This record gives sequence, C-alpha cells and structure tokens, in this order.
Amino acid sequence: MSKHCVMGLFSDFDEAFAAISDIRKTKIPGVSVDDVTLKSPIEHPEIEEVLGERPVHIQKVTLFGAIFGVTFGFFFLAAAQASFLVQPQGGKAVVPLPSNFVLMYEMLIFFAVWGTFFAFLFMSGLLRKRHSLYSENVSLDQVGILIDVDGSTLEQVKELFKQHKAVEIREEEIR
Amino acid sequence: MYNEKDINEQIAWAKINADVLRSMENPRKSYWVAVVMCILMIACAVFAEYIQYTVGMGPSNLNNPHMWDMYIATFVFWIGMSHSGTLLSAILHLIHADWRKPIYRFAEAMTTFSLMTAGLFPIIHLGRVWNMYWVLPYVSDRGHWPNFRSPLVWDAFAISTYLSASMLFLFVGMIPDLAICRDNARGWRKKLYTALSLGWSGNDRQWRNFRKIYLLMACFLIPLAVSVHSIVSADFAMSIMPGWHVTTFPPYFVAGALYSGCAAIITLFVLLRYFFRFEEYMTLPIMEKTCKLTFAIAMVWSYLNLIEFSSVWYGHDIYNKELLIDKATGAYAWVFWTMLFCGSVVPFTLAFKKLRRHMPTMFVVSLLLNVGMFFERWMIVAPTLSMSHSPHQWDVMWGSIVQWAIVFGSFGWFGLLFLIFVKVFPSVSMYEVKEMVFHRRRHLVNEDAAAKFHRRSDDGGNKTTTGEPGLEGA
Repeated sequence: MSKHCVMGLFSDFDEAFAAISDIRKTKIPGVSVDDVTLKSPIEHPEIEEVLGERPVHIQKVTLFGAIFGVTFGFFFLAAAQASFLVQPQGGKAVVPLPSNFVLMYEMLIFFAVWGTFFAFLFMSGLLRKRHSLYSENVSLDQVGILIDVDGSTLEQVKELFKQHKAVEIREEEIR
Repeated sequence: MYNEKDINEQIAWAKINADVLRSMENPRKSYWVAVVMCILMIACAVFAEYIQYTVGMGPSNLNNPHMWDMYIATFVFWIGMSHSGTLLSAILHLIHADWRKPIYRFAEAMTTFSLMTAGLFPIIHLGRVWNMYWVLPYVSDRGHWPNFRSPLVWDAFAISTYLSASMLFLFVGMIPDLAICRDNARGWRKKLYTALSLGWSGNDRQWRNFRKIYLLMACFLIPLAVSVHSIVSADFAMSIMPGWHVTTFPPYFVAGALYSGCAAIITLFVLLRYFFRFEEYMTLPIMEKTCKLTFAIAMVWSYLNLIEFSSVWYGHDIYNKELLIDKATGAYAWVFWTMLFCGSVVPFTLAFKKLRRHMPTMFVVSLLLNVGMFFERWMIVAPTLSMSHSPHQWDVMWGSIVQWAIVFGSFGWFGLLFLIFVKVFPSVSMYEVKEMVFHRRRHLVNEDAAAKFHRRSDDGGNKTTTGEPGLEGA
C-alpha cells in the first residue's frame, strides 16, 4: 500500500482545530492524532487541548548547562588560583569563595543559556530541510495540518479537510 | 470608561507582513539622512582616535588622577542603555504585558548594540589599542591568571556573558520572522534569511520548544542584567574612594540603567515610527505605557539619589561630605545640577497625558533624560577623581576635544549599527503582533458572545444570535 503525505490549509483556526479534533475522535480508521503536525503562523498553546500534550525537554538541558557552568566555574577558578600558591597571598584565601561566587554565577548563566540554545536547535528539528509540502501561506495567515496516511484513507482525510473548509489541500506520495 | 486600544485588532495579518517587510525596503528619506549623520559622527571619532593613537593619551587630557574620566563614564552609560531590551522584552514578557510586542524587537537590538558600543571604551581607554586582548581574562605566557578578585575581571566575564546571551535572545526571538522574510525575499536577502531562519517551518513542535526557550532565556536574562550592572558598579564601589564606596551603588546603577534604557526606547520609538511609517504598530497608547514606565523608574532613581545624599550627609564621613558639597558647589556644579534637573524634574512632563501623546515633545524629553543620565555617569567618575583622599592630587579636569569627539562618535556608531539592523531585519515582531491581534480579536468575540447571551436572557430568549465574527487570520 502506498503512503501519502497530505496537508490541508485553513484560513479559519477554529476549523483547523475542529479537523484535528475529528481526527482525534478517530473518525478515520488508522489515522491517529499522534501523526498530525500543525503548522501555524503564531504560537497556539491552546492547540494542546486537541493535539494532546507533547512533552518538551529543553529545560533539562538548561538545568544540566547551569550545573555544569557553576561546577566548571568553581574548578576552573580554583585551578587557576591554585597556580598562585607560589606567590604570597597576604593572608588571604588562595581560593576566595565570595569573589568566585560572582564569576560562578556568570558561568552558570553562560552555559545554561548556550545549552538551552543548542537544545532548542536539536529538539525543534531545526537546521533541516523543510518539508516539500511547506506552504508560504503558513508564515502569512493560514494554518496547515500535515498528516501521513495510507492510500486507502487518503480520500477520507481529504474529505474531512473539505468538510472543515480547507482552502487548499496538497499531497505527495512518500517513496 | 474611555479605553483606547494598544493596537487595532481588526488589522489583517497580510497587512502586518506587508507593512513590516516594506519598512525594510522603503524607509523615508530622513532615514538616509540619519545614516549619513551617523557616518560623519563616526568619522569624527576615528579622526580623534587616530590622534590619540599616534600621539598618546595626552591629547585626550587623561592624566593622574584623571586616568578614567569620560571614557569610563561613557562605558557605564552604554552598559546602562543595554538594560532597555531586558526590561521591555524579558520582564514584560514574564508578566504577560502584551503591549510590548510591537516594540520589544528594537529594544532587544538596542541591548546588543549598546553592549557592542560599551565594549569599545575599555579598548579605547587602553590607549595602546593593539593590546586590546589585555582586557580579556586570559592566562599569560608565564602561566599566570588575572586576579579573579578584581571587579574589572568580573566585568569581562559579566559583559561577555550578557552580550552573548542578549544576542541569542534577540536572534531566537527573530527566527519566526526571519522565516517570513525568507518566504518573501529575493536575491541576497533570500540567501541571508534562509541561512538565519534555520529551516523554521512553524510546526507545533517548533512552537512548543520556542515558547519554552523564550521563557527560559527571559528568566536568565533578568538576573543577568541585574548582575552585570551591579558588577559595573562594583568597579567603583569595591574601592575606598570617597563617593564610590557606597552600598547603594548596585541598585542605583541598575535603576539608572533601566531609566536611560527606557528613555532611549522613547527616542527610538519616535524615530522608527516616523522613518518607517509604523503609526499602526507603535501607537500612542503604547507610547503612553512606555512613558509611564519611564516615569516610575525616574522616581525610583530620584529616590535613590536622595537616599545617597542623605546617607552621606548624616553619615559624617568627612571625605564623602566634602565631595558631595563640592559636587553641588564646585567646578562640576553645573553638570551636577543639570543632571538633577534632567533626571528628576524633566520626567514630570511624562505625567501629563497631552505631552505623552505629542511625539516631538517626547523626543526632546527622552533626549534630555539621557543627557541627565550621561551627566550622572560623569558625576560618578570625575568629581571623585578630582577630589580623592590626597589633597596634592586634587585637580579638576575637563575632557579635551579628542575625548568628546570619541564619545560623540560612539553615538554615531550605535546609531549606524541600529539603523543597519532595522533596515536588514524586521524591527517590529510580525508573529507577535499577529498573536496580539489574534488574542484581542478572540477576546472581543467572547465579549460579544457574552453580551449577546445576556441580551437574549434579558429578552426572555426570544431572539437568536447570528453572524458571529470569525477568527480568520486575514
């Protein structure tokens, strides 16, 4: 059975959400809401009501970056300061914690921010070629629903999109 | 109750794209006049720097005890200016103040370019600019690290962290807009936007991660911004010089930074609104809110000034008290009183609605506020150096034309970077304005539905509702 990728473009957001809601209610056998990708010109937190909650893990990398930053900061500074052991410190601590805290704090933020950024690149699927069904209208004012379906259910999905007033339907065969 | 809208929620999304994209192609002629002025200002600074480079630091009038003076004051001024982006973008984002959406992008750009301008001054101040890498904390060829107890080393860490984080914040926030530019551009712009948009296609996975990263970065930027200016204040406060060894310096510096940043936002708001015909996005109600915010911060700054003066006065530290009296009555008195006038009196114009809505007035007022804030930084540095603990070092110094030219040129440098930015990148966030419009329109629809429901209940349910407004994007 051939596989197809089909994308419906909607100018009314509520209709697009209703279409996803219908997919969720399994109106079409073999098509799951987990296979749906929504493309939108703006952020839609409310879409999670119909798409279901899809986890985001960036914050774990942020936490790792922050812990790494503060730990690396301490050891980096302490190691550098320890090389001054041969010099007189005038009774001051070789590794002075109060002033090191300032720099550790900066390193915490530095590594956390960069870690977050790289996590974002990786977890968002950026730096990859765009889908061939990408429509420039998605960056303008339309919502796209992209879904991979079998040849047998292709027509049903297209019919569902039409019911919800899709302004355009694009499809391609997945080889 | 009279309630003017921040933005017209009926504005079509296609129009938002078209207006912002047009601004990048077709500004008013005055934009080009501003570009030429900035280039001339930079030329002045380059010439002055050439003199300083070939002759030495003498022509700038820097000497002992005035080894810092206006260069470091300008450095602090530009670092302060950088706080505008953090305030407007990060803080207002966290508190869901959506009126920031049409104007936060240029505020973030200001942050980045202010830091890039500030970073020039420690290098210029070195005199031997070929040794510019000396300002970085690196290990020497003898295996010695710099003194990590020094606030100057903290500065290098803090500013480089702030610069990289604010650039990332600006860039990440622009990615969806860069994708819009990519889809509409041709030629070199298309190549640039294709590379910078990183393959953004607006799918739900990208938006979910985007929402998270933006929130996380905002959360990090706020304490970072506070720490950066606290550390800059530590350059002074960690010393035992009169007038500098003050515990209120960190909050005083942070308040001053937010103040000058907000004033600069007003200046650029007026300019961008005019250059790019952004009257529909940079609206009068948004200007009013920015002015009110600036007024509130101005009052905090004024209060911190009074606190500092009174604690010096009642503290009876003779050196500090003499310095305070000298500031008010000595050689720098005109600078001191101008600072207080511009910083504490002029902001009262922001309390009047009629004035807040008059763009030329606000432009002049915002410039005056920043004149006050520049003098504030100068008043931190120069009087203390001219009247420190050792009377044999007492010396009043005025910056030479070389020093003034370099300071003047820094405004041209900042202006040029900013003007190039707003010509190449969208200065109004298209996707966020669309979100703003979308949510406000949805809110209106809900309000309409509720009103109709109540009317129907009042009429005993005889009437039916028809013709609900849609939520289409266009």
